[in-house]
Parts: sequence; structure tokens; C-alpha cells
Amino acid sequence: MKDGHEKWHERLKVTLWTLIVPPTVWAAHFLFSYLWAAISCAKAGRFATFPWLFVIGTVLALAAIALSGWIAWHQERMAQTPPPHEKGTDIDRLRFLAKSTLLLAGLSFVAVLFTALPVVFLGDCL
Amino acid sequence: MSLHDQDDPALRAAQEERLRAVWEPPKGLFLRWTDTNNNAVGVWYVLTAFVFMLFAGVLALVMRTQLAVPENDLVDPGTFNQLFTLHGSVMMFLFAVPMFEAVSIILLPQLLGARDLPFPRLSAFGYWSFLIGGVFVSGSIFFDVAPDGGWFMYPPLTTRTDLSGLGADIWMLGLSFIEVSSVAAAVELIVGVLKCRPPGMRLNLMPMYAWYILVVAVMILFAFPPLIAGDVLFEMERLLDWPFFDASRGGDPLLWQHLFWIFGHPEVYIVFLPSIALFAMLVPTFARRHLLGYPWIVLAAVGTAFLSFGLWVHHMFATGLPKISLAFFSAASEAVAIPTAVQIFVFIATLWAGRVVWSTPLLYATGSLAIFVIGGLTGVMVAVAPFDWQAHDTYFIVAHLHYVLIGGTLMPLFAGLYYYWPLITGKKLSDQLGRTAFWLIFVGANLCFFPMHLSGLEGMPRRVFTYPEAMGIGGLNMASTIGSYVIALGVAIIVIDLCLSPRRAKAARNPWQAGTLEWLAHPQDESWGIRSIPLIESRYPIWDQEDFVRKVDEGRFFLPDAEEGRRETIITSVLDARPVSVIRLGEPSWKPMLTALALGGVFILTTYHFYWAALACGVLTIAMAVWWLWTGTAEIPEKPCKPIGHGIELPLYISGSASPGWWAMFITMMADATAFSGLVFGYYFFWTRHEDFPPQAMADGPGLLWPMTALALALVSWLGTIAAREMNAGERVGLARLLVALGIVASLAAVVAGLAGPWLSGMDPTLHSYPAIVWTLAIWTAAHAGVAAIMQGYVLARSLAGRMTPRHDADIRNVSVYTHFFALTAAVTALTLGLFPLLA
Repeated sequence: MKDGHEKWHERLKVTLWTLIVPPTVWAAHFLFSYLWAAISCAKAGRFATFPWLFVIGTVLALAAIALSGWIAWHQERMAQTPPPHEKGTDIDRLRFLAKSTLLLAGLSFVAVLFTALPVVFLGDCL
Repeated sequence: MSLHDQDDPALRAAQEERLRAVWEPPKGLFLRWTDTNNNAVGVWYVLTAFVFMLFAGVLALVMRTQLAVPENDLVDPGTFNQLFTLHGSVMMFLFAVPMFEAVSIILLPQLLGARDLPFPRLSAFGYWSFLIGGVFVSGSIFFDVAPDGGWFMYPPLTTRTDLSGLGADIWMLGLSFIEVSSVAAAVELIVGVLKCRPPGMRLNLMPMYAWYILVVAVMILFAFPPLIAGDVLFEMERLLDWPFFDASRGGDPLLWQHLFWIFGHPEVYIVFLPSIALFAMLVPTFARRHLLGYPWIVLAAVGTAFLSFGLWVHHMFATGLPKISLAFFSAASEAVAIPTAVQIFVFIATLWAGRVVWSTPLLYATGSLAIFVIGGLTGVMVAVAPFDWQAHDTYFIVAHLHYVLIGGTLMPLFAGLYYYWPLITGKKLSDQLGRTAFWLIFVGANLCFFPMHLSGLEGMPRRVFTYPEAMGIGGLNMASTIGSYVIALGVAIIVIDLCLSPRRAKAARNPWQAGTLEWLAHPQDESWGIRSIPLIESRYPIWDQEDFVRKVDEGRFFLPDAEEGRRETIITSVLDARPVSVIRLGEPSWKPMLTALALGGVFILTTYHFYWAALACGVLTIAMAVWWLWTGTAEIPEKPCKPIGHGIELPLYISGSASPGWWAMFITMMADATAFSGLVFGYYFFWTRHEDFPPQAMADGPGLLWPMTALALALVSWLGTIAAREMNAGERVGLARLLVALGIVASLAAVVAGLAGPWLSGMDPTLHSYPAIVWTLAIWTAAHAGVAAIMQGYVLARSLAGRMTPRHDADIRNVSVYTHFFALTAAVTALTLGLFPLLA
């Protein structure tokens, strides 16, 4: 890890804030979806026939979550030592935060898909 | 002081004597109530919340007795309405949430090896607010003025003063007061978990309970403020006739439902997660192994916290919102089952992989999981909108929510009670009585609530005081009533068990042979919390670290002494728990109690429309708060540093983002900003709901000039404070004072300019929701400008009094955090009020 040949994702600092990136993306996507539907139904009075803005938003959200999960996956695998990784060392703390972030990325990815699904099946405001 | 010195028993005895003297609780009939130590305040808190639970339980029994047979006339409909409203409100606001705070105030310092939480007097203030507000709300039923609009208080029936009495005000103001204490506790707990961990306890070594409490306290910050915003609007409508929820004047009752459920749904998880946290502590103890899947539990806690905010509309599936909106919330409601299931599987896996020691606490834990899972499954059912339309407002929902709350909150708390009683009192509770009580509660809960699924599907609506015999649900209701008495019998046995406790002998130390820090506590109660603050290298130090208990007890770790006769604890860094500083903690004082009394006066006198007296209490509250801060915070220590042992010296004064005060201000402002977002949401909500918002006739108020002037002044106030902070740090104290004075003038001018917009446009807030919400946003922002002026005045006075210097600048650093948020508030208000009417 300290041999000077770190990749960019290894140099990123892992903090408590990185942990909440994936679910925050979910929250932003969810809020965006809800406002988009609520405002277009209330103000335009109808459902957008091809909701391209929604598709872009969903793809962006999924990409952001996937990226965050990918970084976390690599960070979690740094400096392989046999598990369990439960020590009070720098690397184990990093591995723990990365692992939790990876899991949260998985959950958030699924949750974004859940939110996106209704648009496939529903096509009006009623 | 080296490790070697601690070999001297005389030295250790002297240290213990000094610690004991410093941490000695105040004695005497009256003075003992000035105590602020977490051991004392936490125990009062738990007892008070427990009494409120018993009270709400009795209310439920009266209701069940009324419903036992068809067409019963034990209580009249009016009383019945008061009974169910108070039952729900007390269980939620006076039992479930405060109980989690109370338990955490007791446990958290022990779990973190801290002498106390960072703001002991804030905990005491929270407790007194809770007690006063709780007695005020609960007592109302004895005068036949209890709230009767349901615990959700839906307008317009509750906002129209001709249809609802004083009860609605008592609910709204009394519970707002208690929400203040909840936010205070959240601040205390977040800073406690982030900054008061023992050296070495990195994030990956934190006890699971601390993770959960951190998550739940953050949830409180984002869930409670929207309700506070709703309460503000609600009382404006009731007391001043501002029509936020009155559809005939451009208001909308659905706005209340949104604000209420943005609070109300996360609330369910706010009361569920801390109870699960108790499992996370006791399951490893009785499985005799480390908890499996530590990161998975963090996933579950954080994931649940986020997703639970995307569920609020599932309480509003029957209000006629667009189907696509319902589908989003239905999807989120299904998704939250994933993290919830993960944590349950982690507990099962841990038990499976361990060598289980069967015990009363574990019995409660497993039993409650069984009940909770049934509630979770019916939850998935009602998350599906079409099923919800069928089951909405029937007893099916009553059954679902009681399964969730009894399995997810009440029984885990009893598990925690049996597990942690030896920690609090040094004595074990009776296994036999505990198991008897468990089986009564378990059988009673199923007998009481399972038939409700069926009576609900048969068509029995919620909140009815009786039902006709022809419905054929008399037998189901009789079963429910018998079940409720069986639960009550179980709870009575627990109460008897608790009452017998003082007569029992002391148990051994750490009677369950647990591995976590809290079990360092002695059965012979010592108020100092922990003899010396340990270095942590494992998640279960008592199991894993060699000679751990002996070393702690012999003062071989950090801060084993109190040479200066002050209460102290160690502050560490957020990620890796590196020691940062030693802070002096608040000592016993009347101030928290008196401040709570003064603030209580504001809410209670307003309920009875004694506005001048309430205003006087408000001024008194501010004066008390300033006095409290002046005498107890950012104190300049007599020396810059002190040794904490092992050759480490730590500063006695820190400011900025490393200090607990800065974090407390930041977190409080997050809550404040969330409440403000609730009000701003109101403005834009009206816009989506109404064709003409702002209405043509009123669209020229408040104009563009005054909101922008107010914004400019707020920015001057903000920049003045920031510049003053930098000048002060650069030792240019005179210039710093001048800039702060400029900030005060700008803040006061911003008050005037902010109110001038709606005032000079002659906006009458009683005519329509538009002027009402404009006035509300303007007043909110002006009030913040006023508070900014008070804070800047405080900083100036501190500087002039020599209590703030270039080196000791915590005051101005904390005030600058406030002004960041104030500037943001002013910007959003000015842009909304000034520019949005031009766009809409």
C-alpha cells in the first residue's frame, strides 16, 4: 500500500463520509423521481410520454453507485492478510469502511432499480 | 507519571480518593436533583419513561375493556378518543423515544470508556424538559382535556377550534417541548459516539450499540425537525388563524400529513433500531463469540436509516395521490425489508455459530424476533398499495403495527432490562419471574393482536369506540381483550420483580461474562464511570486483551487521577480515536432544571393563551441559556496541557472542528436547517397543489427589494463574523471586535429588512395560505437574524471580558458555524420570497 505505486482509487481517503455516498445517491434519485412525477402530474396534468430525463437520472445514479462500490471493492482487497479483519490497525479500519461501503452500494443499487421499475409498468398519473 | 508509578498502592488509593471526591453526587433532599452525572440522570430518565409506559398501558386496558363486547358503554366516545390519542402519543413520544435516549445516557459512557458524555448538563436539561412536558401532556386526561384527534392529529378537524378543544394545543405544544429534549439528546449522543471514544477504539472496533445509536441519533436530526415545522404551522393556524391547512383559503390538509409522516415513518425505525442494538450486545455474550458480519450490521443500520425516509407516503396511500408516486414509495417500502432481514440473519448466524448459553435476556430476544418477523411480513403486505387500500384504517393495521412495536421495541427493551439490570444496580433479576413474565407477554401479545388481523379483514375500522353485534366480530374482540390482560399480567410480574430487587444480594461483577467495556462497572457503584480510560485493541477487550480488567482497575491506562479536582474525560479523533484533548465536564448545577422550567413556561403558557407571560418566559430562557454558556463553556484552563499517563500530554483547550462544542453546534444547525426545509417544502407544496400560487391578487408582495436587502445584510453579518474569526486568530483583536460589532448591526438590520417586505406590502396572513407562508418564512429568518445578533453580542462580550483570546477562540468558531447556516437560510428565503413569484 505504501510502495509508491498506488492506483488513484487506492489513494482516495476513506472516511465516515464515503460510507454514506451510495445511499445518498439513492436518496437523491428517489427525491428526484418523486418530485419529477409529482410536479409533472400536478403542473402539466399528464405523465411525460417518454421520460428521458428520468432514464438519464437513473443511469447516472446507478453509475455513481457502481463506481463507489468498485472503489470500495478494491480498497477492501488491499494488503491481503487472512481474515478475520478485526484488528485496531489502519488497514483493518480502512477495510471495514470499504466493506460496509461496498455492501451499502449493493443495497442502494437494488433500491434504485426498485424505484425505477414502476416507470416501466405505469404510464399515467391517475 | 509512568506505568511503574501505578505499582504503588498508596498512590492508587490517593488517586481513587480524589476521583471519588470529584465525582461525588450532590447530597440532600433538594440538591440531589441538581445532579448531572449520566448515571443519575439516565436512571431518572429510564424510570420516568417506564412510568409513562405503564400509564399508557393502563389506557390501553381501558380501551380493550370497552371493546370486549359489542355495543358496550363503559366509556363514552369522547373519552375513547382521548384514550387512543393519548395511548399512541405517550407510547411514542414519552416512552419509546425517551427510553432509547435514557438507556443510551446510562450505557454509552460505559460502552465508550468515557467518564461521562460530553455535555452532561444538556442531558439533565433534556430530562427535565421531558418530565415537565410529559406530565403536562399525560395529566390532561384527568381534566377531560386530553387531545382527541388521534396521535397523527390530522387537520382540519384538529385545527378548527370549534371542533377540537384545548387538547390539540396541549398535544402540539407539549410534544414540541419534548421534541426539543429529543434533539438535545441526539446532539449529546452523536458527539459522544464520535468524539468520546477511548484511545484506540477506531470505527471498526466500536461496540455495535454505539453504531446503532449514532445512526438513530442522526435519524432524529432529520426526522423530528419536519414535525417541529409542522407544529409551528399547526399552532399558527389554531392560535392566529393563518390558513395553512384550510382548503377554503388556499391551504391544504395534506401538507400536515406529509410533514407528520416524514417524521412519523422514520420514527418507527428510530424506536426499533436501538432495541435491536441491545440484541447486538447480548447475542454475542450468550453465543460466547464475536458477532458475525460486523460490516453487515453497519450496512443494515445505515441502509435502514436511509430507506426509512423514503417510506412516508405509504401512510398516505389512500389519499388520492398519483399512482406513480405511490409506486415509488411502495418500492422503497419493500426495499427496506432487505437490511432489516440482514440484521436478523446476522443474529441467527451468530447464535448458530456460537456455544449458546440459554438465559432470560436471550429468551426475550428470540421471542421478540418471532413476533417482529410476523409484523414485518404484514408490513410487506401493506406496503403493496392495492392491499393497503383494502386494509387501510382497519384493525389489520393495528395488528401490524403492534406486532412490529411489541416485537421490535418493547420486548427487546425487556431483554435489555434483564441483561443490564446488574450493570445499573449490581443485582440480578429473578430468572423464574422473568421467564414467567416472558411467556405471559408472548402468549398475551399473540392472543391480543393476532385476532385483530382477522377482525380488520372482517371490516372492523380503527378508532371506533364500539361495533354492532351483527358484524360477528365479538369473539375476536373478546380474545384480544383477554390477551391484553395477559400482557398486563406479564408486565405486572416484571414490576414485582423490579420491586423485589432492593432486597436481593449483590451479584458478581460482570455476571454474564460479557466481553464489552460496559461490564467494567463495579456492583459497588462508583460514580466516576471508569477507573482509568483504557487503550482498546479489540471489539471485545474483556475477552481478548490480556489482564484488561485488572489494568483498568489499577489505573494503568489513561487519566487515572483528578489532580485539579475537576471532572474530565478524553476527546479523541473521529476515525481512529487518537487522543486529542482533555475536556472539563459540567458539574452539578441548578441551571439545566431552571432553563427547562423557563422553556416549559413558554410552551405551557402559550397553550392557555397567556402570551405576555409566555414571552417573559422566552426572554428568561434566553437569559438562562446565556448565563449557562457564560459560566460553563469554553473556559480558559489554568494551564495549557496536562499529562494523561504513559508520557502523553494533551491540551486542555481546543476549538474548531476537533472540539465537541463545534460538533454540537454543527449538528444542532443540521436539525435547524431540516426544520427550515420543512417550511420551505410547505411553500413549494402549495405551488404544486394550486393553479394560482401565488394568487394574482397578492403576487406583488413581498416584492424584490426588501428580501434582497435582507439577504445582503445577512451576508454582511456572515462575512463580518468570518473575518472577525480570522482577525482574532491573527491576534488583531481590536479589528476583530469591530467586525463583530458590524455583524451585530447587520444582523439587527436584517431583522427589520426581512420583516419589511411582507409588512410594507400589506400582506394579511389570515386571508390566504400564500401570505401566511411568506410571513412564516420571513419570521423564521428574522428570528435567526435576531439569534445571530445575540450570539455576536455574546462573542463581543467574551472578548471584552478576556474570556476569548486569539488562542482560546472556541466561542467565535462555534458562532461562525451558526452564521454559515444563517446565511444559507437567508439566501433560500430571499430567493424563494423575492424571485419565485416572478417565475411561477
